[in-house]
This record gives sequence, structure tokens and C-alpha cells, in this order.
Amino acid sequence: MHRSKTVAETIKQYRVPSTRTFWQKTANYRTAALYLLPSLLLFSVFMFYPMIYSLYLSFFFTDAQGSATTFVGFENYLYLFQQASFRNSLLVTLLFVAYTVPASVILALFLALIANEKLRGIGFFRTIFASTLGMSVAASAVIWLFMFHPTTGILNAALGLIGIPAVSWLTNSTMALISVSITTIWMNTGFSFLILLGGLQNIDEHLYESARIDGAGYFYQLRRITVPMLSPTLFFIITITFINSFQSFGQVDILTGGGPAEATNLIIYSIYREAFIYYQFGPASAQAILLFLAVLVITLLQFKFGEKKVHYQ
Amino acid sequence: MMRKSIMYTLLTLAAIVMFFPIFYAISVSFMSTSDIAERRVLPSAVTLENYRNVMTSVPILHYLRNSFVVASITTLGMLVVSALAAFIFAFVPFRGRQAVFLLFISTLLIPWEATMIPNFFTIQSLGWMNNYLAMTVPFFALAFGTFLLRQHFKTVPLELYEAAQVEGLSKFQFFYKVVVPYAKTSFVTLGIYGFLTTWNMYLWPLLVTTNDSVRTVQIGLRRLQADEVATNWGLVMAGAVLVILPTLLLLAVGQKQLQKGLTKGAIK
Repeated sequence: MHRSKTVAETIKQYRVPSTRTFWQKTANYRTAALYLLPSLLLFSVFMFYPMIYSLYLSFFFTDAQGSATTFVGFENYLYLFQQASFRNSLLVTLLFVAYTVPASVILALFLALIANEKLRGIGFFRTIFASTLGMSVAASAVIWLFMFHPTTGILNAALGLIGIPAVSWLTNSTMALISVSITTIWMNTGFSFLILLGGLQNIDEHLYESARIDGAGYFYQLRRITVPMLSPTLFFIITITFINSFQSFGQVDILTGGGPAEATNLIIYSIYREAFIYYQFGPASAQAILLFLAVLVITLLQFKFGEKKVHYQ
Repeated sequence: MMRKSIMYTLLTLAAIVMFFPIFYAISVSFMSTSDIAERRVLPSAVTLENYRNVMTSVPILHYLRNSFVVASITTLGMLVVSALAAFIFAFVPFRGRQAVFLLFISTLLIPWEATMIPNFFTIQSLGWMNNYLAMTVPFFALAFGTFLLRQHFKTVPLELYEAAQVEGLSKFQFFYKVVVPYAKTSFVTLGIYGFLTTWNMYLWPLLVTTNDSVRTVQIGLRRLQADEVATNWGLVMAGAVLVILPTLLLLAVGQKQLQKGLTKGAIK
């Protein structure tokens, strides 16, 4: 920032107690209320109220229309943990996170590093790497569904060329989760790449210049300058990728429908199935609350522990 | 020199791997059924048959139009609602502003999926099923958008503020005559981001539409895939290409802008 003062700072500085009338004094309140009203109203109706209502529903049995009928306390939660299906969903979700998060971040970091070089035509490569940001989950899943196809799919064709037997990408329970993960990693890359590239470009060029004068090699600079300076961005991307993984739905719906034998029944898919296919709104809401808690805890943990390791400029 | 060629090799390899699915979908969309059966990578002869068929077999243009309407309305609403809130957080101090700001931040901790069941009931009771309102209004308020705009609003130079005071502009006039034009670029960033995410929405439109009247192209694509799978992959790929074309073009045009804007919003 080269400018010494912004409007916001100046307003604060020059705010003096005055002898204005009540009507004048509350002018800011009235303006604020008016301008904030749309946001607050929408947040209340579509965020806060439903969050509370989800919690409420999770303690009730409901009818098929979703009206709460009987208060059952923690019955829905207990029921969930007794269900093999739900325990499986938890396990699958954790595995999915383990497959996708590190791979996504490492891939995006690698792409950002090579796209941060000052080379002719680098803009073209950046556009290519960012392109999955424009890919919708429906289109991505449909395209990968075709590539995973056991007989017409290009992946098995490619494996055949190098003499590897065909893989049942979506029908084998181990492979199905890996296939959904591959699709997800690919879809995540565009966004993470773009943010990481932005982070790299914010690093002061002088640091590298002096390192080069000292004769530091590429990997030394990477370890000693790039990664530490990039850590706030990396930290942000890891959190986002984590949360995104928890929220994956479309690729499961199109690629596997949760199968085979619930091998890809990720948590959101499980909530969707419970609520909108089986009309079990109580247990579905209990799952939604557990999802909320998981995301909350991860976010807070990342802030608590991530912050210490993170180098802020 | 050595380093340069290593970099170009890595870049090219990475580009091929990353772009292959998109390239392949485009390529297949121009193939005949026999080419697809032979698992070709490039069509032996380019045919527009798949595009002709996808237009006639499903109302894909209708779906595309719906998506345009939904994405445009949402983007516009998002810009207006976020800008109003951002203006307060940047320029209008009042006791308790910090608390309201915290309330905005708290929305970032709520995964949208955790609220979808009650939201679905709300939409039902409002009579918004199969209505554009269901797919647009709930997404107008956006904490991320508010923060992004606020960051930029705060950099409005003092001179502009003083000039506005001298001119005797009201708060609202200062907002739309000075602040909005000044922060044009961050509006563009948020606009691109809003359009991309809304265009690509999947789960919510799936829940709140039960017929083709306002159904978006993403759900149309899912239907197309379910109906046509195993019989006509060329047609499905033509559908997929039509779905991704608008957002890929938007991204190609606005990538630099988006990167700058998002980095600012995410890191600073």
C-alpha cells in the first residue's frame, strides 16, 4: 500500500462526539440497517434458520412430508451409528479425503510452480491449467464416465496398448472410489492452481535475486523461499480442498450412484439418499449436523494449528 | 537454455494430461458412431450429426436458456446485495459493526449442504418449486462476495471521498457515483466467479426442479446421460461440450482478472 490513508481510516480518525440530535446521531444506524437488510434477511432465511431447523429435525421422527412428529432425543444419532451403511459412509468419506486432498494440492502446486516461470507463451499454459475451473461437475463426470467405460473407454484402450489388462474402473469397489477421486482431483485443480499461482506471483522478486547472487539452486530456493512465503496461500487451499471434498456430490451421482455396494456412498450422497429417496428426514438431518460439525472442527483445527506453521508476510 | 527446455517439456506434458479430457470430449462430439466404437482419439471425418441429434432429442437449447437466466439473475443479485453490505463495512461506522461482521463470517462455517433439507421445505412452502426464484434468491447474499468488495472499497482514495463531501453527495450517491465505478474490476471478478459457480450448480437445481420448465443444463446433461448412455456417446459428448463452452469462454477471457481478484480476496 503506497497510499498513507484510506477513507475508512480517515472516517474513523475524524469521528468526534457532537451535539447532534438523536435523529442525526442514528443516521449511520439507519443507513447500515437499510444496506445490510438484504444480506441479513437472506442469511437468516437460507442459512441460520435452516441450520437451527436441521438441528431441531435431527431430534425428531418425521412424516414423509418432513414434518416433525415425535421427539426422540438422540435416537436418530444412535440409529445412525448402529447402521453399517452410515459407518461405511464415514469410512468412505475419510478415505476419499485422504485420496483427494494431498493429491489435489500437490498437483496444483506443481502446476503453479511451472506456470510461474517467465517464458514465452506462458499465458497459454496458465489458461489450460485453469480450465477445469470452468468445468461443471455434471460435464466433468459425464466425460470421465465415458473415459472410464470398460469397453469403449479410452483409459482401458490406453492400458491395452502397453499390455496392461482392462481395469473395471467403476464396478470394482476399490477402484470405484479411486475413479471418483481422480475425477475430483482433476476438477479441483483449476481453482487451486489459480490461487496458488496468485500467491507465487505475490512473492517479492528480490528474495530470489539475492538468493541467486548467493548461488542458491532451484530446489534450495523452493524450500527456503517459495514454500515458506507461499504458506498462507497453501494453508488456505488445503482448507478449501478439505471442505470441498466433504461436499462432493455430483461426481458420485453421475459416475457410480453411490455403488458398487455403497463403496462410493460419500456423506453428502448419503444425506441426499436418506432425505430425498427414503424420506428419512430425521436421520438425514442428524447426518447434516454431523457434517456441519466435521467441517467446523476441521476449519477451527486448521486455523489453530495451521496458523503457527504459517509464515505471514 | 537447459532449464528452459526442461520447463517447456514439463509444461507441455502437464498441459496434455490436464486438458486431455476436455479435448477428448470435443473430439468425440465430432465423431461418427463407428469412430467411437473403434476408440479413436481424433475423428476420421468430422461430423455435426451429434450436435444435430442432441438439439432434437432433448430440449438442450431450452436448458441452456434456463441456465443463462439463472446464472445472470444470481450474478446480478449477488453483486447488488454484496455491494450494499460491503459499502457499510467499508464506509459507515456504527457501534456493533464488528459483531455484524462476525455474523457474516460465521456463514462461511456453514456448509450449504447442511442446510439443504430445511431449505428444500422452505422453497416448497413458498411455492417456488420449478421456479427461477428457487435457484437464484437463496444465493444472493454471499459473505465471500462482501469481503472481496469490501477489500477493494477500502482502497478508495481520500480525495474522492472529500470531493464527494464537497459536492454534497448523499451516502447513496457516493456509493453509486464514486465507489461502484472505482471498484469496477472487483465487480467484474465477483461477476465472473458468480456466473461460473451458478452455471455449474448441480445438487440444488436437482432438488428444486421436477420438470423441464426451469431445469438447468447441468440437470439436462444428467438426464441426457441417463437416457442415452451405452447407445450414443457422441450425442452425450456434444451435450457436454455445449454445457462447458460458455464457462470455458468466460474463463479464457476473464482468467487474469479472476486470478488477481480471487488472490486478493483469499489472501489479503
